[in-house]
Amino acid sequence: MGASDFAKLPHIGEAVRRKEDYRFLTGGGQYTDDIQLERQTHAVFVRSPHGHAVIKGIDTKAALAAPGVLAVYTGADVAADKVGGLPCGWLITSTDGTPMKEPPHPILAQGKVRYVGDHVAMVVAETLEEAKNAAELVDVDYDVLPAVTRVTDAAKATTIHDAAPDNHCYKWALGDKAGVDAAFAQAAHVTKLDLVNNRLVPNAMEPRAAIGYYNRSSDDYTLYVANQNPHVERLLMTAFVMGLPEHKVRVIAPDVGGGFGSKIYLYAEDVCLTWASKKLNRPIKWTADRSEAFLSDAHGRDHVSHAEMAMDKDGHFLALRVHTHAAMGAYLSTFSTAIPTILYGTLLAGQYRTPQIHVEVDAWFTNTAPVDAYRGAGRPEATYLLERLVTRCGWELSLGQDEIRRRNFINQWPHQTPVALQYDTGDYLGCMTRAQELADVAGFPARRAASEAKGLRRGIGYSSYIEACGLAPSNIAGALGARAGLFECGEVRVHPTGSVTVFTGSHSHGQGHETTFAQVVAARLGVPVESVDIVHGDTGRVPFGMGTYGSRSISVGGAALMRALDKIETKAKKIAAHLLEASDADIEFTNGVFTVKGTDKSVPFAQVSLAAYVPHNYPLDKLEPGLNETAFYDPTNFTYPAGTYICEVEIDPATGVTRVDRFTAVDDFGTIINPMIVEGQVHGGIAQGIGQALLEQCVYDPETGQLLTGSFSDYAMPRADDMPLLQLDTICTPCLHNPLGTKGCGEAGAIGSPPAVINAVLDALAPLGIKEFDMPATPYRVWDAIHAAQV
Amino acid sequence: MQVSLTVNAKAVSLDVAPNTLLVQALREHLRLTGVHVGCDTAQCGACTVLMNDRAVKSCNLLAAQAEGARITTIEGLATAEGDLHPMQAAFKECHGLQCGFCTPGMVLSAVDLCKHHPKAGDGEIRELLEGNICRCTGYQNIVKAVQQGRDAMVSA
Repeated sequence: MGASDFAKLPHIGEAVRRKEDYRFLTGGGQYTDDIQLERQTHAVFVRSPHGHAVIKGIDTKAALAAPGVLAVYTGADVAADKVGGLPCGWLITSTDGTPMKEPPHPILAQGKVRYVGDHVAMVVAETLEEAKNAAELVDVDYDVLPAVTRVTDAAKATTIHDAAPDNHCYKWALGDKAGVDAAFAQAAHVTKLDLVNNRLVPNAMEPRAAIGYYNRSSDDYTLYVANQNPHVERLLMTAFVMGLPEHKVRVIAPDVGGGFGSKIYLYAEDVCLTWASKKLNRPIKWTADRSEAFLSDAHGRDHVSHAEMAMDKDGHFLALRVHTHAAMGAYLSTFSTAIPTILYGTLLAGQYRTPQIHVEVDAWFTNTAPVDAYRGAGRPEATYLLERLVTRCGWELSLGQDEIRRRNFINQWPHQTPVALQYDTGDYLGCMTRAQELADVAGFPARRAASEAKGLRRGIGYSSYIEACGLAPSNIAGALGARAGLFECGEVRVHPTGSVTVFTGSHSHGQGHETTFAQVVAARLGVPVESVDIVHGDTGRVPFGMGTYGSRSISVGGAALMRALDKIETKAKKIAAHLLEASDADIEFTNGVFTVKGTDKSVPFAQVSLAAYVPHNYPLDKLEPGLNETAFYDPTNFTYPAGTYICEVEIDPATGVTRVDRFTAVDDFGTIINPMIVEGQVHGGIAQGIGQALLEQCVYDPETGQLLTGSFSDYAMPRADDMPLLQLDTICTPCLHNPLGTKGCGEAGAIGSPPAVINAVLDALAPLGIKEFDMPATPYRVWDAIHAAQV
Repeated sequence: MQVSLTVNAKAVSLDVAPNTLLVQALREHLRLTGVHVGCDTAQCGACTVLMNDRAVKSCNLLAAQAEGARITTIEGLATAEGDLHPMQAAFKECHGLQCGFCTPGMVLSAVDLCKHHPKAGDGEIRELLEGNICRCTGYQNIVKAVQQGRDAMVSA
């Protein structure tokens, strides 16, 4: 079935209330820490208190003698059992043709610790309290080394890994450097910008948790884990770390309390628990407390960049030149290396026709928690850089924020960018125009005057983002260094009475797949949404899967279901043809009823499904019984959600407080299955983007490597009164290459909003001569900038 | 030590260590796992329960401090037949939850908020929800749900 027919089906575009909500609203959710296994023990990790140090010795005697303690494991035990290190899933090749530096990432430290929070030992005891008390008794003798936490200081810092003596991981580049240089030589005007993309902590509300369980009777393992992609977790753990066969490991990611990227990865704790559960022959549970999550979850962003745009005299973009320093942290997390390259450099064309782009990225090791994908993953960094630069280009040429964009928008599709991507469809001017109407841009001067009358400063900021979602064509990803495929799998199991259970490789940790995916299946089969249940997050039940990240679930996981539904429909038509004594080609299927074309002869879906399982009157010579189909879907291109966000801020110069007064977002997500869920995704994304722009910043002490923002008391999470009332709308240009026409909506808000906010802040402060401002625009920093400008 | 209290309308007596937190007593002793732990600094509000009809953070109280108290957790909010409380129903209707982890605390804070601030407007509701962090929803639909839930509680 094609995308245009699909969009017309019942339930598509309907705000169906979520099937999963009842259990979450009544305390029936089952998160990893809620699971309690028989004979369960508890683990606590001893973590490095230093940013960088040599381990001279570990004395575990006192801990082992403490009440309730069953074992204390250190790096020596891991090495003795030959448990491998954590793999990096994406190989980046440097401009000189050499592979990136890929130092070992041990699950428990081997001779050295490289960030505050690095895993040194695991204590297992009968109770959590006993494990905590014993962990205090593990005596580690450290020889402290100088630590480096700022990416721009890494080159001159003490060597973190022997494999990377200058702390350099790779130098990656994309685009035609000579072409860009030639264009700059011809430019009438060049706009330059330096900026920092602040380090963030994802902070899903459920901290990471896992239970490793080895069953000696069946000689197999089960890992319960708060994770976004259980099959990938299993693949990495079995094939790359523990050398176990996959059929002996089951990974279950039950209800997961938010992810935002931080639960994609294979973490050291997951492997330690699985490995040790066999040694102890007991299940072992570990749940991070929030302090531990701040220290040990993968962080996001942390870029320092320089960008230059060459223009002709009318403000048409001729060429873009970008250099970025990207922090990897102390070790390479699962997808870390792909974020500032494949998911960043390729997005730098944005919504513009810029004919020449060259980007160069230096990635560095630092003594901090690893940096990996956080909501948007590379695309927010690209969008922030480009949209700050574009607004500044306009200001320097005395063009409005809308006019500089209008002059450069892509207006024909497909469009091949100079940085590898081919956009299939879109309407960028349409999004901006609608956003301007909704934001009442015409009323801005009056609102600004009203603010000024109160002694306040008001500014307006634009951001027109694009993202590449629906990861990804596996062959392209493979050519770019991916070490895994990026397809998705789905199984549709029709039961005899016509109800349906769906098994999907996508994973829901807040996205509402149990509802959206059920709408897709219900629409196709003409059954009620209540008759469709979605199963996800269990390698023991779902055939295979690549999981949920990069706004890929509906466009790739949903497309796999569409393929499986095509197979179901084809087979069901054959059964119906037999029951109706007609030829297969004459059967039509609409709203759950099979009809012989041009007649009133029909049979309902449930009767066909019953015949499939009670095949008394059935073409057994030609057709197998049963109605159960599985499909894998590998996309042929990325999807390209895009939109324009307009933000208005009001700043109190006396206090430096920036209040977001109005925020308008118009997105093009292609076909929308459930508008209520899509809106919710945009709300949440914008909250994280406003958080980045105004509140959030992960800070390490540059001398010692101590994490200074290690709790919710120190790291400012957006709260209800930090958020304005958001005004949203969508337009729709359906994706042309997947069967639903969907593009994905999970990350857009976090991608599009930070530059809109900061452009508004700069617009408000421009009359004071302030042209530079890095996120977050906290009251102190704004106040400081205002006072520095007035001196 | 023994602590006697009423949890979700049922009298219980617990044998706990003196340093046991109320949240541990509820989650581990009574297996009421709808009470969540989202932080260790009493900031996030995921562990919020009603104690004598006031919202409290159960990570910030000892179980012993609840001696004789009436505690309502999210498991005790719906009717015995499983019909949702008006505030729970409003959260579902308004899409006021996504991953569900902050939800029990958020709903119980909302119930308290509406009882004690029945006329709170949008801005005041946002301020009164300061003690509960949600990372998924951007709060917009939560605020909408609180208003809708309050209207339903008044007319119920």
